[in-house]
Amino acid sequence: MRKLLLGVAMAAVLTVAACGDGDTNDAPAGSTAAASSTAVTGKLTVLAAASLTETFNQIGKDFETANPGVDVTFSYGGSSGLAQQINSGAPADVFAAASPATMKTVTDAGNANGEPVTFVKNQLVIAVPKANPKNIKGLSDLAIPAIKVALCAEQVPCGAAAKTALASANVKITPVTQEQDVKAALSKVQLGEVDAALVYRTDANAAKNNVDAIEFPESASAINNYPIVTLKDAPNPAAATAFVTYVQSEPAMKVLTDAGFQKP
Amino acid sequence: MPQRLTEPGILTALRLSLETATIATGVCLVLGVPLAWMLARVEFPARRFVRALVTVPLVLPPVVGGVALLLVFGRRGLVGEWLDSAFGVTLPFTTAGVVVAEAFVAMPFLVIAVEGALRGSDARYEEAAATLGAGRWTTFRRVTLPLIAPGVAAGAVLCWARALGEFGATITFAGNFPGRTQTMPLAVYLALEQDVDAAIVLSLLLLVVSVVILAALRDKWVAA
Repeated sequence: MRKLLLGVAMAAVLTVAACGDGDTNDAPAGSTAAASSTAVTGKLTVLAAASLTETFNQIGKDFETANPGVDVTFSYGGSSGLAQQINSGAPADVFAAASPATMKTVTDAGNANGEPVTFVKNQLVIAVPKANPKNIKGLSDLAIPAIKVALCAEQVPCGAAAKTALASANVKITPVTQEQDVKAALSKVQLGEVDAALVYRTDANAAKNNVDAIEFPESASAINNYPIVTLKDAPNPAAATAFVTYVQSEPAMKVLTDAGFQKP
Repeated sequence: MPQRLTEPGILTALRLSLETATIATGVCLVLGVPLAWMLARVEFPARRFVRALVTVPLVLPPVVGGVALLLVFGRRGLVGEWLDSAFGVTLPFTTAGVVVAEAFVAMPFLVIAVEGALRGSDARYEEAAATLGAGRWTTFRRVTLPLIAPGVAAGAVLCWARALGEFGATITFAGNFPGRTQTMPLAVYLALEQDVDAAIVLSLLLLVVSVVILAALRDKWVAA
């Protein structure tokens, strides 16, 4: 079964590589300085954690403006799912994860090119509907049985962070649902189906027209580092390296910190 | 592999899947057979429109179906708000919500099969029964239903199979909580986030169970 899957994945990668631009293959992989100074071209595929959606869309546009020949495509989702896609041979150039643990599954499988770099940190907040109708003040309020709470599933980073934060606060809650990624948990608050959800500060910030964010001290125990890396089988390694460098540049950092991310 | 199969979460998910799919099929039979009869036998002006509405869940992406269900049966939904305030009943994030999501998506399979069977059956038998003094209900129960039984059974099997595999509407409308709303397809999806081998084992298990049940049903009912 594994062999068959691997075969299919390899075939997919080969097809994509064959269809890609010929001029992308001769770029030196991993030489950051060289790649960022020369103009890069071609298609660039970035797989990024769902929580990076708004900021990376903006950064991608800025990057395209700075490098007119580049066409950046993003695929957002739960980090763990993206990591599995990469390990199954999904054709992508850059991977930005919401936790070192999910990044590790990619580096352990030997699919990363070089060491991942932590570029931002994120923290959990309690997202509640606008004006906080249930008057939630902190983590302990979420343990009240009448309060419906959505968490992320433990398999994805925001769920793992929520578990750590709840453990350090010594609060036990029974969520009504464990969502497949942070955006799904947030949308349950926006639709009014739950009274609160533990999401990243940046996600609550992006939806601030519909939700309020409540900070809680225990979130400091569950800070998520976001690592980014270029991938070994990247169809466009030059652009991949340039993008990773750009994400850590001053203008991109401003986009990220404006959205609520913290510098590492 | 054997110890994966005996993990408690997996059997819970499998049992929940089988139970909800069966209940959803029951709901579809109760609602769907009369609906199919109406579409096949009764002339009414909005018939085309009603038939299109019945078929919509077939073409709608299930996730969109889930959102639609939330807008109707959610806590702030059209019907859901009233259900909540009048009876204190909320469907999202409950096992009943899973059944609703599955029935919503699977019902067209039953209605289309039964309507086809009805159109293929000879209405003169029903007329003959009526001339012999049978009432509408007796005619339906003693003449129509036996005539279309294979069609109903085939539709019910299709409906059950679709309900068993339901993912999008379920995760959107009913959420994901082990033992309450986490059916096998949801368990497979989340296992895939972390452990591909576990996901493959789960998928194989679901496949084997479905094939065995479908094969057994087919020999018993449909081939008759």
